[in-house]
Amino acid sequence: MQPDSRNASGERRSRRGSRRRWRLTARYALLTIGAVVVLAPLYLTFVSSLLPPSALAERPPPFFPLDPQWHDYAVAWSQGDLGVYLRNSAIQTGIIVCGQLVTSVLAGYAFAFLRFPLRRALFVVFLATLMIPFEVTLVTNTQTISELGWYNTFAGLTVPFLATGVGTFLLRQAFLQIPRDLREAASLDGYGHLRFLLRIAVPLARPALAALGVFSFLAAWNQYLWPLVVTGSGNGVRTVQIGLKLLQGTEVSRTDVALAGTVIAVLPLLVLLVVCQKQLVRSLTAGAVK
Amino acid sequence: MRHGRQASPELSPPARSRPELSPPARPRPARPRRSRAVREATLGYLFVLPALAVFGVFVFYPFAENFRLALYQTPPYPGLPSRYVGLHQIGQVLTSSGFLQSLGSTLLFVVMVVPAGLLIGLLLAVAAHRRLRAMSVYRVIFSSTVVTSVAVSALVFGTLMDPVVGLLPWLGLNPSPPILQNTTWALPAIAVMSVWQFLGLSFVVMSAGLSAVPEEVLEAARVDGASERTVFWRVTVPLLSPTIFFGLVVATIYAFQTFGQVDILIGSSSAAFEHVNLLVYDILNTIEVAKTSGQAAVLSLALFLLTLGVTLLQLRLVERRVHYAA
Repeated sequence: MQPDSRNASGERRSRRGSRRRWRLTARYALLTIGAVVVLAPLYLTFVSSLLPPSALAERPPPFFPLDPQWHDYAVAWSQGDLGVYLRNSAIQTGIIVCGQLVTSVLAGYAFAFLRFPLRRALFVVFLATLMIPFEVTLVTNTQTISELGWYNTFAGLTVPFLATGVGTFLLRQAFLQIPRDLREAASLDGYGHLRFLLRIAVPLARPALAALGVFSFLAAWNQYLWPLVVTGSGNGVRTVQIGLKLLQGTEVSRTDVALAGTVIAVLPLLVLLVVCQKQLVRSLTAGAVK
Repeated sequence: MRHGRQASPELSPPARSRPELSPPARPRPARPRRSRAVREATLGYLFVLPALAVFGVFVFYPFAENFRLALYQTPPYPGLPSRYVGLHQIGQVLTSSGFLQSLGSTLLFVVMVVPAGLLIGLLLAVAAHRRLRAMSVYRVIFSSTVVTSVAVSALVFGTLMDPVVGLLPWLGLNPSPPILQNTTWALPAIAVMSVWQFLGLSFVVMSAGLSAVPEEVLEAARVDGASERTVFWRVTVPLLSPTIFFGLVVATIYAFQTFGQVDILIGSSSAAFEHVNLLVYDILNTIEVAKTSGQAAVLSLALFLLTLGVTLLQLRLVERRVHYAA
């Protein structure tokens, strides 16, 4: 990249080369230190989850499980009800992701393609939801849920999150990218709005849909405060995040089991990160770079 | 130019920017057109309705309800009607020592988490922003904490900081009482965990900002003989400033809304609790334990104003940036 050939003297070139090599080494050193620091907590958790309880307090701590105890995972799964929690999380996350995609597609389409009175005012109302953090609405929402009889149900877990201002905004922007002529051509071909939406607009907005889907998945799966407030013991809709708290709370002596549960809970998302990194980054930075 | 679209005063931006693409005027009988407009409007409302219903019930109604609840004092015994006390309760809560301590801890927490989280994220993003071997591996690692939930992070750090099986005692850091029950060290410990958890998002945001910085500009500065350090501070950072401000807002809101760390690692029975009683935790405690919804509503409004202040600050900065660009 650097125009080395411009340097007349070879000695200067080699000095410059060695300096650059030093820079490169420094860069990799910094990166590696960073990577170790970032990864260490999760890696140590993984290792500890495979240690027999007696080895947990060993110092220096074992950095590699020589005798992996996979049965901790079985214990966490059965005794810690982790299987049930994971199932509940999957249902809760599935409902929220599907709900958000549907409501955002419909509202985003309306704001991009349909003309109706108060459209702008309603769009501002949608954006206004971004200014109100969910924590601020907690007082009344908990009452609403119990008045509806939704305490400890999937409805209580998911319905408050079935719509999203960010998602609507994201899809409206994506729909606005679709050329108007396409809509007009489709309408000459006899396509109504519904058919145009399903056959043309949604397929064209696939990148935005993917980004929103990944983002909702991440946010829903990792929810902590709301599931804690609206679920309790009994008929079991508790999600895995709350399960982790309980696993830690009840099994004081079984740190390894709690750690096994932690690994199981984070695993689906690490897979998501590696597989859908592009969509994830796109959705997380939707507001950063316009 | 636009005579063909007189029925549609509200053109959407792309169509407006390319008026020559709109079709020629096609006169139509008036009645069908009006009925079509009515049908389109009906469809529009139908499409907006589901989301609007959710927002109405679970965002706007509970938000507005805070203002009413704040004026009523919850009775000492359940079953009695709540008493209208006007602004009295608001003043009472906002000057109470409990709230002031909670607010102080929250602000201290923001100061501990936000600059550190952003700086480390920026540093890693700059280091990883080169097309070099194995960079994609580093990128995945640095963004990995984006997907770790607050419960996972809390359990991981709870174990690391455990006085018996933890790593900190082995490293010689073993204050007494144990770090998470220690009135001095509990908040910094929570902050360290939070910086780690926020690092992924910080890295992702900063990387996106960096890749939007035009490479030619940097190259031009280098050709002009600027050292790498000068290029970074005089070219990259100014061009990155919108991203940094965005990150600042995101980080501050993240810190204001912290809850899970306190709930899992500290809990209201800890000796250090009073020093780590962050605002959201205080709100939940007021709802669930004290069961005084009026006071909880006042606290919620305080949290709202703090968040609003940060958001408005961002809007102003973005506005300035737009003026600058124009």
